[in-house]
Amino acid sequence: MVTIPAFLIVAVMLFGIGAIGVLISRNIIILFMCVELMLNAANLTLIAFSRALNIPDGHVIVFLVLTVAAAEAAVGLAMVITIFRNRETINIDRFNMMKW
Amino acid sequence: MSEYLFLVPTLPLAGFLINGLLLGRLSRPVVSFVACASVGLSFILSLLLFFELKGLPADARIVEQVLFPWISVGSFHVNIGFLLDPLSAVMILVVSGVGFLIHVYSTGYMHHDPCFGRYFSYLNLFTFAMLVLVLADNYLFMFVGWEGVGLCSYLLIGFWFEKQSASDAGKKAFIVNRIGDFGFLIGMFMIFWHVGSLEFRTVMQTAPQVFIAGGAVITAACVLLFIGAVGKSAQIPLYVWLPDAMEGPTPVSALIHAATMVTAGVYMIARSNVLYMLAPDALMIVAIVGGVTALYAATIGLAQNDIKRVLAYSTVSQLGYMFLACGVAAFTAGIFHLMTHAFFKALLFLGAGSVIHAMSNEQDMQRMGGLRKYVPVTYATMLIATLAISGIPGFSGFFSKDEILWKSFSSQHGHPILWVIGFVTAGLTAFYMFRLIYLTFHGRERMDDHVREHLRESPRSMTVPLVVLAVLSVIGGFVGMPHLFGVANYFEHWLHPVMAGAPQEAASHAMAAAGGDTGMEIVLMLASVALVIAAVFLARRVYSQMPQVATRLREKLPGLHRLLVNKYYVDEIYSAAVVRPVVNGSKFLWRVVDVLLIDGIINGLAVVYADISELLRTGQTGRVRTYATVFVAGVAAIVALMLFG
Repeated sequence: MVTIPAFLIVAVMLFGIGAIGVLISRNIIILFMCVELMLNAANLTLIAFSRALNIPDGHVIVFLVLTVAAAEAAVGLAMVITIFRNRETINIDRFNMMKW
Repeated sequence: MSEYLFLVPTLPLAGFLINGLLLGRLSRPVVSFVACASVGLSFILSLLLFFELKGLPADARIVEQVLFPWISVGSFHVNIGFLLDPLSAVMILVVSGVGFLIHVYSTGYMHHDPCFGRYFSYLNLFTFAMLVLVLADNYLFMFVGWEGVGLCSYLLIGFWFEKQSASDAGKKAFIVNRIGDFGFLIGMFMIFWHVGSLEFRTVMQTAPQVFIAGGAVITAACVLLFIGAVGKSAQIPLYVWLPDAMEGPTPVSALIHAATMVTAGVYMIARSNVLYMLAPDALMIVAIVGGVTALYAATIGLAQNDIKRVLAYSTVSQLGYMFLACGVAAFTAGIFHLMTHAFFKALLFLGAGSVIHAMSNEQDMQRMGGLRKYVPVTYATMLIATLAISGIPGFSGFFSKDEILWKSFSSQHGHPILWVIGFVTAGLTAFYMFRLIYLTFHGRERMDDHVREHLRESPRSMTVPLVVLAVLSVIGGFVGMPHLFGVANYFEHWLHPVMAGAPQEAASHAMAAAGGDTGMEIVLMLASVALVIAAVFLARRVYSQMPQVATRLREKLPGLHRLLVNKYYVDEIYSAAVVRPVVNGSKFLWRVVDVLLIDGIINGLAVVYADISELLRTGQTGRVRTYATVFVAGVAAIVALMLFG
């Protein structure tokens, strides 16, 4: 029987990898994937607690998060394509026009 | 008929609107026709109203027409209303009559001016404002006309505004008038505060109950009103604008700065005669200021060489006479002189305009001379006007001036010194006016050949008004002959119901009629006539027969001559004492207070915020990863705080 601490350790690791990926990656696609990783870390926590406490709400929220994440990925990728068409790059450090 | 009273001022307003709104779209004949017809109709209407008023019994000669309420706040009510009584009837006849003649004259005089339409629209607007001034039934509405004529005066003095001196003169006139207006306004406030109304009839009826005769309040109110009159009617110390006003077209000088607008102050005081009778001290101030101005301006007139400036100082001097009359409580005599003066002074100015027209815009009398045979009509009419203003018996000026002199001697408010001032002024007036005639029309021809070639009499549109005014200058005086000659003084009878404040006039005439003072009156009259004739012959001798006398006199008294030519340096004194301190003070406020202090505070604040923003914006790198790092660090800090805090 896998206990709560095991789930949480995995979730923290996933979240950490995702956060570090967001911070250090320059490729916008990888950055997106890291964001997904962080979302799934949160999902894993929700499911773990839902199972341990025997309350189904966590499952429901996870489905909601998955749906939103899919929509967000679609919009995000559309933006990336548009930006790429204009700037011919997906290096996030070059997208620095929104200052001052 | 009386329900058409409002049309008297409204017709010129309509003329102004037509000419002003269609500026540049109407041909010159149409503009002239509209301008002259509107004032001419107004004059005809005034005549009809006059005869209707004359048909009423003497004490019922009042027509009031209230058009609509203007201001109604609390207990303060002011109507747009017109009051026709014997006094305003005289005034509207003079204003619209002389005004009409000057409009006609202007069609000839301004014929070549490119701004023909603008000129006539201003002139009509002026006539409207002046008629409002004299017909208003309350002080505030009168003040509207009062300011309206001031505005038109400004516009017309500066009519040729591309000339620096003309636009300066316009501003000077307006600003000096505003100084007087503050007195008028405060006087008006005082009257309202104590009487609770500004309507002439209410004020005049209740004033004797409200004010203590000779009290400080009524004296202050009257003096303040007089300050307004001093500004408008060019008396010491605010007369300086009038000589400069000669920068305007000459018909404007005739209409505004001689015949009508400048007499507004006299009219206002005559209108307020009940108040002034309650304040003998204020009356004394009026008399002294009037008398001193009359004498003072006459002395300046002696040494001026610009034909229009001589007439300007003469106007100041004659206005002084009118105030002298009002100051000795002879309001009727003041208004009588106002009327005769309107005729002969308008004629003098129009004649001078005709001379200037003929002389190709030359105004210096030193370069005229011998014009008599070139412009005979102008010469004849101007000579008549000069005889009238000098007070030669038989001409209108004689009757009005003699009335004033006699009243300043005999009235209970009069004083022999005032009479002496008026007497000397009469001599000076005759001298400088005949100096003008001799320098201009007699003697050697001093103009150059080019000007002489172009010398010719003015067109019919200019000479006809001259002739009409000349006739009026002769016969205008016969309506107010002194009782001495055994005839009724129609003018005094006519104005008597309005001059309720001056009941002693009737008494003094009863006395005169009884033979009490008749001997004295004859003696004084003969003395002034003798002085005037002597002055005329002196002028003839000095300026026509022996021009070297004038030169020698000038060399003998260089200081005095320079003082007179420079008008006692009053403009310079005012400039040093008033204008320059105000300008320097304004410059201080501008450069130090406004630019350094106020702008400094505002700009300083802006600079501080700009610097702070400059510092803060360095945080906005525009790089997503920087934001994300800060974001994560923030989250980590919050989590740490929750766990260990």
